[in-house]
Amino acid sequence: MRFAVIQFPGSNCDQDCLHALRAFEGVEAGYVWHKENSLAGCDAVVVPGGFSYGDYLRCGAIARFSPILGAVKEFAANGGTVLGICNGFQILCESGLLPGALVRNRDLHFICETVHLRVEQPRTRFTNAALTGAVLRLPIAHGEGCYFADEPTLRDLEQHDQILLRYCDEQGRTNDAANPNGSRANIAGIRNRAGNVFGLMPHPERACDPLLGSTDGRVIFESILDRQSPS
Amino acid sequence: MKAVVTVMPKQSVLDPQGAAVAQAMRHHGLESVGKVRVGKSIEIELPAEPDESTLHGLCRDLLSNPVIEDYTLEIVR
Repeated sequence: MRFAVIQFPGSNCDQDCLHALRAFEGVEAGYVWHKENSLAGCDAVVVPGGFSYGDYLRCGAIARFSPILGAVKEFAANGGTVLGICNGFQILCESGLLPGALVRNRDLHFICETVHLRVEQPRTRFTNAALTGAVLRLPIAHGEGCYFADEPTLRDLEQHDQILLRYCDEQGRTNDAANPNGSRANIAGIRNRAGNVFGLMPHPERACDPLLGSTDGRVIFESILDRQSPS
Repeated sequence: MKAVVTVMPKQSVLDPQGAAVAQAMRHHGLESVGKVRVGKSIEIELPAEPDESTLHGLCRDLLSNPVIEDYTLEIVR
């Protein structure tokens, strides 16, 4: 399976993604520069974290207009698997591939810590290697990770099982104390209605090696790989 | 000639920056301060009479995010 990792000026998790992906058997992964306009030959796309275009104006606001995003939109429209992590999630929201927006954290601080996340929907191409209610430990590192959507959009997300991850405590309880950034309904990750585009603020690529303290991030990549395997 | 675009967070969106500024103003002695909201102002120099519909399009698509922000556009002649 061939992954494309998009690189913008200011991306800084691109190498982590490539490193994490290449550790999986049967995975080929390569960079695609933001000025390119084709994703030919790719089976999945990762929009990595960082500070694309310096996060000027709004996070993801300028990246959204880069040539490669046109190709990503076409790829997504044809059912291709798209994973947006952190700044990648912000870009997918800005570009309209996912609903809502990511705004400044509730307490204004940049938060860099490990959080717990409850898997809300295990029957998706991004989470099928997990069980319902499974609690993952993943790192977050963001200043604008507070998920916002209006009430009708939130109802829509619930109704169509689009919320895949919620911030929770160690026991899997999603309460305000376990919400690091003030996200609506503790939302940490959502997919689109069609189910092929997933964005999340936590960094699964930073939790794929025991040396880094957690391997729970593997669940996300294993899920994507599992679905695409011939068996 | 220039255009001034003012972008403000929507009323329904939490504005922690505004709340922090209000708190700081109270600490500086203005105890009666009410709600404070922080947005941004974008000044755009224009060589000639602008096409306002193009400017509004840019305000909607690039300069603001309608999910979380409202904007106003003012042409200064």
